[in-house]
Amino acid sequence: MFAYYLQLGLRSLRRNPVLTALMVAGIALGIAASMTTLTVMHLMGSDPIPWKSDRLHYVQLDNWGPDQPYSEDGRPPDQVTYRDATALMAAGKADKQTAMFKVVLPVQPENTQLKPFRALGRATYADFFSMFEPPFKYGAAWNRDQDAGHARVIVLGKELNEKLFGGQDSSGRTVRMDGIDYRIVGVLDDWNLRIKYYDLTVGAFSSADEFYMPFTSGVDLKRRSSGNNSCWKSPGDGWDAYLQSDCVWIQMWAELDTPARLADYRSFLDSYVNEQKKLGRFARPLNNRLLDVNQWMRDQKVVSRDVQVQTGLAFAFLLVCLINTVGLLLAKFTRKSGEIGLRRALGASRREVFTQFFIESGVIGLSGGVLGLMLTALGLMTVRALYTSYKTVAHLDWAMVAATVVLAVVSALLAGLYPTWRACRVQPAAQLKL
Amino acid sequence: MEIRPILSALLRSKVSMILIGLQVALTLAIVCNALFIIGQRFERMQRPSGMNETDTFAVSSVGFGEGFDVRAVQAADLALLRRLPGVVAATSINSTPLSGSGWSSGVQLTAEQKTQSANAAFYMVDDHGLDALGAKLIAGRNFLPTEVGIRTLDETVAPASIIISQALAKSLFPGESAVGKQIYIDDPQTTPKATIVGVVERLQTPWVNDGYADIENSLIQPQMLVIGTASQYLIRAEPGRRDEVMKAVETQLAAANPSRIVGKLRDMEAQRRDAYANDRAMAIILGAVIIALLAITALGIVGMASFWVAQRTRQIGTRRALGATRGDILRYFQTENFIITTLGLILGSILAYALSLWMMQAYQSPRLPWHYVPIGFLCLWALGQIAVLGPALRASRVPPAVATRTL
Repeated sequence: MFAYYLQLGLRSLRRNPVLTALMVAGIALGIAASMTTLTVMHLMGSDPIPWKSDRLHYVQLDNWGPDQPYSEDGRPPDQVTYRDATALMAAGKADKQTAMFKVVLPVQPENTQLKPFRALGRATYADFFSMFEPPFKYGAAWNRDQDAGHARVIVLGKELNEKLFGGQDSSGRTVRMDGIDYRIVGVLDDWNLRIKYYDLTVGAFSSADEFYMPFTSGVDLKRRSSGNNSCWKSPGDGWDAYLQSDCVWIQMWAELDTPARLADYRSFLDSYVNEQKKLGRFARPLNNRLLDVNQWMRDQKVVSRDVQVQTGLAFAFLLVCLINTVGLLLAKFTRKSGEIGLRRALGASRREVFTQFFIESGVIGLSGGVLGLMLTALGLMTVRALYTSYKTVAHLDWAMVAATVVLAVVSALLAGLYPTWRACRVQPAAQLKL
Repeated sequence: MEIRPILSALLRSKVSMILIGLQVALTLAIVCNALFIIGQRFERMQRPSGMNETDTFAVSSVGFGEGFDVRAVQAADLALLRRLPGVVAATSINSTPLSGSGWSSGVQLTAEQKTQSANAAFYMVDDHGLDALGAKLIAGRNFLPTEVGIRTLDETVAPASIIISQALAKSLFPGESAVGKQIYIDDPQTTPKATIVGVVERLQTPWVNDGYADIENSLIQPQMLVIGTASQYLIRAEPGRRDEVMKAVETQLAAANPSRIVGKLRDMEAQRRDAYANDRAMAIILGAVIIALLAITALGIVGMASFWVAQRTRQIGTRRALGATRGDILRYFQTENFIITTLGLILGSILAYALSLWMMQAYQSPRLPWHYVPIGFLCLWALGQIAVLGPALRASRVPPAVATRTL
């Protein structure tokens, strides 16, 4: 019976091509607009590391000056000082922990065919790799002893390894940066980071790190971080004064594997800050934060206001398209009252009439969904062209393809519900009279 | 006009009327708010930076290896740049407007005060800085070559003279001339005051996107900033010669010193495009939604009106047979559309303000100005009348003889 109704539906759709095209186009446009914006919002806001996002915590301490808060809304600084970062690393109270900052260094390739170039990297601790789990292609991370020993070792990102060594296993070889040779201990594989969630201070969609080096060796270079640096008072002259200052420029993460460990770490941070208060630092009230990955992404507004407004408006647009479809289906089914009356008179039950027209709505939804999917792909291409930094969050995945088609069919069926109900209430006698 | 029969006919097809009305209502609410957002974005994008954007570009250089003498390289580079044909002015600079990264700090009038008097972006340039920026001096004088010092991150060398933007001057010294006044721009405990020697009409901070409150609070210092081995230059070319000068600068700088990397050259027009890329994208996306929405609504009206015409063919024929003119029939459908649209628009204006209120609460957006809704009324009335015209004309051509046919 289903196949027969499907056939009937298709035939009926072909009978009024203009009306059908209007309905299908309406649904397709509404679906495309809402799915394009929804995909971007979904990929931006989705958990980048779902299996452990609740265990990774971003450490914030409020070391700001007594007279002016860091932020009017009471949020503590988004980074920590060198002094606090190294003290927390030395205490080692979390299951895993890492402090890090952004560095940009000139690379002098061995291969003289290549001109020297600048590479963007990260100075961090060995735990970074087991905390954020980037996949290794060759070799492995350095270890904690090498952190302590200021080892001149480096992990290359896949792209930098392609550029310098043509993608070969370069572990054990060296790379020269600003006159210093670093031994390559590992090379990463493709790391599909949609969002650079481990450092949101310089933009969630900033380009991936090209290399990683020990934090201690990074500080040895006596170069300021290439990320943000904020001070509430002048750090004073010289590198050592800068390291001892209250300027914040380091991101600090702690992995805490159980709620009990999290509670312990919280009280450890409180007692650390209280100790520091005795030394005359931390003039503001206790305001430590340990947000997990998703909380931190919300706090830093990774899903921008614009994207939310666009998604809201796109769904309102879908609603208009659906209302439009309801009206058109109603018009169409009403015109078929005669046909329905005939079928009813020949013995079709209301249920059968209902099924027939419901399937016809479904066919419209399915066609709208398929067309909508194509338009969504087009829409995402436009988004990629308009927002060059959204490359990683504006593409369709299978879940979104399925969601698009389901949304289209469900929308069309919902839109078809009232017209179908009206259609099956047609009185056969009234229609057959002439 | 025969309103009563139209109303009673409408009441017999309530559902269709409600559907069209709702569509019109939602369209009005969305279009008004979306247009308002687009207008705000265009306003943001129009803000002037205060510098000459058409002829200027920036270039960075970073040296590597032992024995790279950044100060000597800077001096040599600037001499080279100023000799190049087509160059009007060149300066070393720490950051440029529209770039999104730079240096900002609080400034204060007295050493005792605990909070800052104002926050300002710091630009560090040499005595060619104002010329290279193309900033307009409205009071006082430019820096003298002898005033230009060196600044590193390891020692604070306070400049004796500074130039500030008019906006900063007004916020620090409302109603007075700022020239000759002195302010603290570094730690008041360790560094002396700097004297304001000039005021420029306008100079934007580098941050146009971060909701940075005082976007025109800028302060210019006569210093060559040295951070590690990096330097940055801003170059203004003669009108129309920018691209040619850019090519020359790129090759000449690279050739002048092999132990450095010349960064990508960025002209200020491209910098502006990048800085406002998100606003432009938002405006384009919302514009597309508006167009699609209006199209769907118009087509919806065409569809429904055609259906009504088809359904009422016999009644139309009867009316025609009883003496109604074609014009009467045309007006009937137009009036009907006007009534439905108006009802929808009344509901829509409530929705439009509700949506605006919600956006004010959720996103701190400003209130929708009142004139958007009346303009929306006019547009949607016009849209409705145009959409219904086709079906209504078809209705007016129904011959009276139809009334006498049975089917």
